[in-house]
Amino acid sequence: MDGDRASVLGSRVLRMEDHRLLTAGGTYVADLRVPELAGAAQVTFVRSPIAHALITGIDASVALGEPGVVAVLTGRDLGDLNGQAGQPMPEPLLATGRVRFVGEPVAMVITDGRYQGEDAAELVSVDYEPLAAVVGFGAALADETLLFPDTGSNVVATGGDEQGAGDAMFDGCDVVLGATFPNQRVAPVPLEVRGAAAAWADGRLTVWASTQNAQIARATISGRLAMDQAAVRVITPDVGGGFGAKIGTDRDAIAVAWAATRVGRPVCWSETRGENLVAMTHGRSQRQTVRIGGTRDGRILAYRLDFVQDLGAYPRGAYLASLTRLMTSGAYEIPRVRCGYQVVVTNTTPVDAYRGAGRPEATAAIERAVDMFAAEIGMDPAEVRRLNVVPPGSFPYTSPTGAVYDTGDYAAALDKVLAAAGYRDLRAEQARRRERGDTMQLGIGLSVYVEVTAGDHASGETGKVEVHEDGTVTVSTGSSPHGQGHATSWAMLVQEELGIPMADVTVVHGDTDVIPRGTGTYGSRSLQLGGAAVQKAAAAVREQARGLAAELAGATEAEMELDPRLGIWRVRGESGTELEWGKVAGQAGIEGLVADVLFVAKSPTFPFGAHVAVVEVDTETGKASLVRHVTVDDAGTLLNPLLAEGQRHGGIAQGAAQALVEEVLYDPDGNPLTATLADYATITATELPSFELVASQTPTAVNPLGAKGIGEAGTIGSTPAVQSAVIDAVAHLGVRHIDMPTTPQRVWAAISAAAISAARGGQ
Amino acid sequence: MKVEITVNGGQLATDVEDRMLLVHYVRDVAGLTATNVGCDTSSCGACTVLLDGESVKSCTLLAVQADGHDVTTVEGLASADGQLHPVQQAFREQHGLQCGFCTPGMVMAIVSLLRENPHPTEEQVRSGLEGNLCRCTGYHNIVRAALAAAGPAHPRGQDEDRPGGGVAP
Ligand code: FES
Ligand code: FES
Repeated sequence: MDGDRASVLGSRVLRMEDHRLLTAGGTYVADLRVPELAGAAQVTFVRSPIAHALITGIDASVALGEPGVVAVLTGRDLGDLNGQAGQPMPEPLLATGRVRFVGEPVAMVITDGRYQGEDAAELVSVDYEPLAAVVGFGAALADETLLFPDTGSNVVATGGDEQGAGDAMFDGCDVVLGATFPNQRVAPVPLEVRGAAAAWADGRLTVWASTQNAQIARATISGRLAMDQAAVRVITPDVGGGFGAKIGTDRDAIAVAWAATRVGRPVCWSETRGENLVAMTHGRSQRQTVRIGGTRDGRILAYRLDFVQDLGAYPRGAYLASLTRLMTSGAYEIPRVRCGYQVVVTNTTPVDAYRGAGRPEATAAIERAVDMFAAEIGMDPAEVRRLNVVPPGSFPYTSPTGAVYDTGDYAAALDKVLAAAGYRDLRAEQARRRERGDTMQLGIGLSVYVEVTAGDHASGETGKVEVHEDGTVTVSTGSSPHGQGHATSWAMLVQEELGIPMADVTVVHGDTDVIPRGTGTYGSRSLQLGGAAVQKAAAAVREQARGLAAELAGATEAEMELDPRLGIWRVRGESGTELEWGKVAGQAGIEGLVADVLFVAKSPTFPFGAHVAVVEVDTETGKASLVRHVTVDDAGTLLNPLLAEGQRHGGIAQGAAQALVEEVLYDPDGNPLTATLADYATITATELPSFELVASQTPTAVNPLGAKGIGEAGTIGSTPAVQSAVIDAVAHLGVRHIDMPTTPQRVWAAISAAAISAARGGQ
Repeated sequence: MKVEITVNGGQLATDVEDRMLLVHYVRDVAGLTATNVGCDTSSCGACTVLLDGESVKSCTLLAVQADGHDVTTVEGLASADGQLHPVQQAFREQHGLQCGFCTPGMVMAIVSLLRENPHPTEEQVRSGLEGNLCRCTGYHNIVRAALAAAGPAHPRGQDEDRPGGGVAP
């Protein structure tokens, strides 16, 4: 841009969103008090209490007689709209015929008041004829009981390299070892549960939804309800966290939207946490088998990953396995790599995207394999990683599974994080504790990772920048913030390009009538696509303005300059020719001073980093405590380090949670055992330390901002580092592996088992 | 049943259902929606308010139990001239909130915690917040905000690339 000035890009700018959120609170779906929803009825779902059963009858007559009950609606009322005709494994809006997981919606009770709904839902009597439940990988693959009998199998898809084949790939290895372990099922637990409200008037349906992408939600809702896309408007109010589980819109919300067309008044729905934990999608849920081989001096020559992806009752997340496969070899240059998978359905809550979506699973698998390899050859795990990472001169690097890593320096990230953690001192302290036989042992875990962000770069993102006659700016973004701070970031980009202060920039998002085109926020795509669109739109506005200013000043475009500090146009070198933005915008007339850009990147980007986790394990109780977590997370050029760090913090916490405490459990009949926050061990402040973040910025050329995604990196890097640290703390006792989450019981059992096998070996 | 509850300094007398939870009273009767509901097992703390100056989870009380008492929500925290309470200010400066859903409850819990212990250690802040879940921030900047609001000279988690908080836009 013209002139010199201190750039706002890269500064720690405080958020513009915060004042409202701190004084009045956000307006989440349950907080909406808009006139269109005046007199709204409440929706309460009747959900299946059984994992697998035939529905033989639904009797709502008693419920209908209760005070305040407006209607009870079932799949039968939905008629043709209910099913997914033509799909091999159709997922209806409301179950008819068969239920496939505990929590599956069966009917909707519409009432005047909230408490009435809870009462009446209990009075809807549903007759079930229980079937054997398919729970776990073994039961799914056995195909003895089928969720969708017509398809003949619970296996939805197989992909990648053939399982079991390819043993020759390990020829020439001094050491070959393998293991099978779970990447356990976890719950996303956004603090705001799912919710939606809907109003039907004059042939138009307006839906307020807690979603990560209004435009995709509109496409889904209009598609499922056989409506014209133009007849549906989706509005996202504030959204209290999504983590992938609020991408698009779930069947429950679609059913709520449809109900508004049926009951003659608006409706609203907020689920309970108990419903959320069984009916919002879960994440992860893979059984992984790794095999790794290499030389005694530390070169990894071959690696294969075979996994089974459990998708729960309906194959919503069928794409997850291919993301895991894409990232199979992680940050390493390994000559021979294979990966194959099977995707299955089971009688459990559907599994779909959760912070990282397929990539954390890949990283956890290879990092565990590399640690096992290092332990087997007796080499420091940091040294093995340094020897095998993709060298800095190899970018762009095409991985054996076809990912093209754009830029990176993985060895540098590793060295930085080791230095910041004081790795050598930590190892010395560990040695002292081991020598003394302390009860409290120290464990050090490492990970080096690379991941893929903006995987759907080809859909791009929209950004529209308009300067008004009062000199203020409205940015309309197709991106869809739910905590990431877009209002601040997009305003920074506008200030940078136009010299208009951030305070005069309003960012709007998530209303499909205002922003018909857009993709949304997921896959760590927002800044690199949505931000780039805003920057390009602002730059286009600036060039339009140059022409308008020239007209006003009676000069040529080349003579006009923008003073970026003052946000003022003038003829270069001529004082007294100053023009304010408002004046320039006025010159644009009816067309306005506006640019609308769709930015499409030509490829995804590959953030990378390295983590060091330090845990203390009480060898008497098995309790592991994370005492330090040090990370390098390189997401290219940072727009606002304050926000990037916040993303890292949240990501690290969720990743550490999977390693330490969180797991969704079912009994053999498919009954959820973690259906409340009292039972699901959501990580708390007491279980985490403050994090130690190390800066690193390696730009990408894929977008003009040089930015990669940062939303999921922390999660991807932290899980394996923390798991590895727990195992490392007790490795000297003979423990080689502990499944996640590394609960006290598991750690204690591993120590005991190692002691027993050592005693046997010593006999 | 008729209850008289003072909410953020204003007195309100209304008939309520016996089983109405205080959190629903605050949200639906008093019309103050900053206080959120995040669970049904009193586990998340999103509903934390002050009752006579002490933090309580407003989903664990019935409105009738608050009859005759004083409730303060985050809407009542800033001074009349709009000056943020030091805890609110610290949340902003330390980037202690992302989606904002846990924030009203977190802020009220910390206000109460600092009243009881004006200069807590990091560990005391963390254990004081055990009943308040946040899914976005990893608690890092929330803890930092609590310590910042308490005043200087406390041990912090160090970030190499973090010389201090942020700068105002
Ligand atoms: S809503 Fe009160 S503790 Fe969760
Ligand atoms: S800021 Fe989102 S839950 Fe805390």
